[in-house]
Amino acid sequence: MASHAAAASHGAVAGHDDGHAHHHHTTTGLDHRKIAIWAFIGSECMLFASLISTYLIYKGKSLVGPFPHTEYVDAAGKVFKPILDIPVTSASTFVLLMSSLAMVLALQAVQLKGQPIPAGAGWWTRAQRSSQLWLGMTALLGATFLGFQAYEFTSFVREGLTLKTNLFGSTFFTLTGFHGAHVTVGVLWLMSLLWIDRTRGLTPKDELVVDICALYWHFVDVVWIAIFTLIYLIQ
Amino acid sequence: MSHDHKPAEHAHPSGATYLKVAAILTLITVIEVWAYYIPALVSSPLFNPSLLIMSAAKFAIVVLFYMHLKYDHKLFKALFTGPLIVATGTIFALLFLFAKITL
Repeated sequence: MASHAAAASHGAVAGHDDGHAHHHHTTTGLDHRKIAIWAFIGSECMLFASLISTYLIYKGKSLVGPFPHTEYVDAAGKVFKPILDIPVTSASTFVLLMSSLAMVLALQAVQLKGQPIPAGAGWWTRAQRSSQLWLGMTALLGATFLGFQAYEFTSFVREGLTLKTNLFGSTFFTLTGFHGAHVTVGVLWLMSLLWIDRTRGLTPKDELVVDICALYWHFVDVVWIAIFTLIYLIQ
Repeated sequence: MSHDHKPAEHAHPSGATYLKVAAILTLITVIEVWAYYIPALVSSPLFNPSLLIMSAAKFAIVVLFYMHLKYDHKLFKALFTGPLIVATGTIFALLFLFAKITL
């Protein structure tokens, strides 16, 4: 993707038609890469639906604790508190929502590049032109979300919940672990875009490259919106 | 087969719209979490449906405004909503099959 953008840019330098380099002739008139990312997101809907279904089917079927929303006392009299930490997860949810805001602002910044900044423009107008700021912010917020998840996972293990403890542990770690892996890929993707922006600079010609990354990132966000409600809030 | 390039998408919203969307998403999340801590609400039969509606609203807002599906080409809408409908149907079918929900 990045190499294609670089190739498009190179084509412009070489004197080729910019539009031809950037917009391939397709039967639909739409760029194949954007169709591909939407088809991929559609297939990801199916993946997460299967993981969410598995969690919901096994919900309440665990024979031993810890449990997500209720207290559990084992045979030795050890008390396990409800394991889900809603305040921490609410904070991480807010962080991920804000990362989506930063992502759309990054895309907008790339689209606005090259346009003159009006005289006397305030800091917000100038900030809206900084794709590096918003890409960096999105990656940072994504990494913060991963930090929250690492904290949650380690605290769960300390409290006695692992992948093998019970059905809740197996389905919970599988579902949220898969989501965390997607966030990790997204953060790496964002960092690579940030690196490209810092080295050669992203231009409005790279809009599609950033848009595709943004679509993936927002999809990761909407999956978390579903997970937060279905796993954390509904008891 | 025409090779004319149809516009893939219309104009995207402004930065102010994005900020308003973020505020709405935050507000809905605050309401969800607040409701979680009110025992009278949690014990209500309307609690779970309310949470699902609020979650669906957040989902739709992100998809329509941040993913620009509201402004995008109908093929992209079909590529997303088609599998989403199948995925949602699969969840309900499996929950029904395993007697987690009944008619």
